[in-house]
Amino acid sequence: MRIARWALARIGSALLVVWVVTTIVFFALRASGDPLEAILGGPGSQAGEEAVAVARETYGLDQPLLWQYLLLLGRVGTLQLGDSYARRQPVIDLIAAQLPSTLLLATLALALAWALALCGAIIARTSRGPAGRAVTASLRGAEIVATVMPQFWLGAVLILVFASTLGVLPATSSGADPAGLVLPVVTLAIPIAGFLAQIMRDSLAEADAAPFAVTARARGASDTRLLLHHTLRHASLPALALSGWAYGSLLSGAVVVETLFARPGLGRLLIDGAMQRDVPLVIGAVVVVALVYVVVLVIGDALELLVDPRLRRRTRTIVRQADVAVGA
Amino acid sequence: MSNPVAAPSLRAAFARLRPAGVVALVVVLAILVAAVWPGLIAPGDPLAIAPTDALAPPSLAHLFGTDESGRDIFTRVVHGTAPSVGIGLAATGIGIGAGLVLGFASGLGPKALDAALGRVIEVLFALPTLVMALLLVAVMGPGTGAAVLAIGAATAPGYARILRARVRAVAGSGYVEYARLEGTRRTRVFLRHIAPNTLWPLVGVATLGIGQAIVWVSALSFLGFGTLPPSPEWGAMLNAGRVYISTAWWMTIFPGLAIVVTATALTVLGRTAAGGGRR
Repeated sequence: MRIARWALARIGSALLVVWVVTTIVFFALRASGDPLEAILGGPGSQAGEEAVAVARETYGLDQPLLWQYLLLLGRVGTLQLGDSYARRQPVIDLIAAQLPSTLLLATLALALAWALALCGAIIARTSRGPAGRAVTASLRGAEIVATVMPQFWLGAVLILVFASTLGVLPATSSGADPAGLVLPVVTLAIPIAGFLAQIMRDSLAEADAAPFAVTARARGASDTRLLLHHTLRHASLPALALSGWAYGSLLSGAVVVETLFARPGLGRLLIDGAMQRDVPLVIGAVVVVALVYVVVLVIGDALELLVDPRLRRRTRTIVRQADVAVGA
Repeated sequence: MSNPVAAPSLRAAFARLRPAGVVALVVVLAILVAAVWPGLIAPGDPLAIAPTDALAPPSLAHLFGTDESGRDIFTRVVHGTAPSVGIGLAATGIGIGAGLVLGFASGLGPKALDAALGRVIEVLFALPTLVMALLLVAVMGPGTGAAVLAIGAATAPGYARILRARVRAVAGSGYVEYARLEGTRRTRVFLRHIAPNTLWPLVGVATLGIGQAIVWVSALSFLGFGTLPPSPEWGAMLNAGRVYISTAWWMTIFPGLAIVVTATALTVLGRTAAGGGRR
């Protein structure tokens, strides 16, 4: 029953995403003046009579407003995203072809960000004395700079150093080619690593002062043992809870990184769609990004269950957490 | 976690200014000077072309080098301060404005409205900023105005989320309850108690937000959706430098540094104002 409630909450949030995206698109199309023109590629589009008739028909533009809205909602809700205006191919096929490449990029970047953040937190935790304070202070500074660093600039600098000057890594990337993946993944990972490191450093300090850590130390646990067996697991929970949001922002970063490294993917598709004002393609890409986010949240819940045994004992908590995540 | 209902004062904020905060304050003041009187720092014309000097590397004559038409990058970076920072400010203003409406409606309205708006805010917050901004730009068409509006709208859910939590904390606090029991009218309770105690802590969040908004809007310009070259705007300059990345590194490095320095200074300052809180 609990699982059913939790699943319902997640399905509910997926449906809500579809509704919100559709509503934004509907009102934005209306606000842009002529919705027909916007769908067919903006002012000065070379749409033929036939294309105009098809668009008018599929979007029900000669129908009452409410009906138009419901029609759009129904089509997006059932993932009948129609054909891309610019490419004359089904939107769903275009997205399916590009999605794996972007997911690979974002997943590798999240893994690298976690590794960097863990290293940073452990170094900050284990460095002591005046030298240690200097190390911690510079880590803090690095975290802030990493967090605000625009990815389009960071990536350009990396290309400059490693591709143009040293010539050790390619400046372009495609598919799963390992050498080409290095620079895009690093570019994507660094801002997220800064963000996760701040959270992890704080929660590690908090866990260090918790009664269970004091007890373990009183029983003679070494620093390393305390870290590996007790505090690290504890400290990773808040960062884990925010990783779903972090994955979303990685998808945002993928838009920039894929453009910079000329890498095909969902982000590039979105950029091209926005550039050509290919509204059906853009709606499809946004809905898919939002659905990926919902799936990532589900995976995040499962991982939290794995790391935190307290949640397993009290499954009710998960349901409550799922409610919180969808904003109840 | 400090008491969420206590309002921080300006004096307390200054007392917290550590060396990093002082440096950040000086940098922000310098940026303001560059934005208001760019001619004071770089007297040249940011649009003046000199084809014979095209793609010249940094030298004493051209501190930051020149671009593909021989325009001086240093002059362009300095003159680009006002549009870049102004665009970031405008986008933050729109974001906070929309966030205020959503946050107050949700935090003070009837329970059903709060439940519905709360969910919508969460969903909007979940949509990646740039993805949502591109959705709006695709429908509205490119341009500076559209980029500002898109980033403003895309950042609004974040502000709404903070405000909603804040409004609920303040509205449920002892002094508001006391004022209500005393029979104070609702508008007066709102204006005298709820609004000031909700808005003041927003100063720090807004300062953080301006830095982020500058980065987001310049990202849109970099992707070719915001301000178009040859206008001296940092993101647009980076967009122009992309083609020359392997031959003219100065076209990319210097406008990017301007963004990084501005965003970092605003972030450090914002954190100080927000009392060391994050995000």
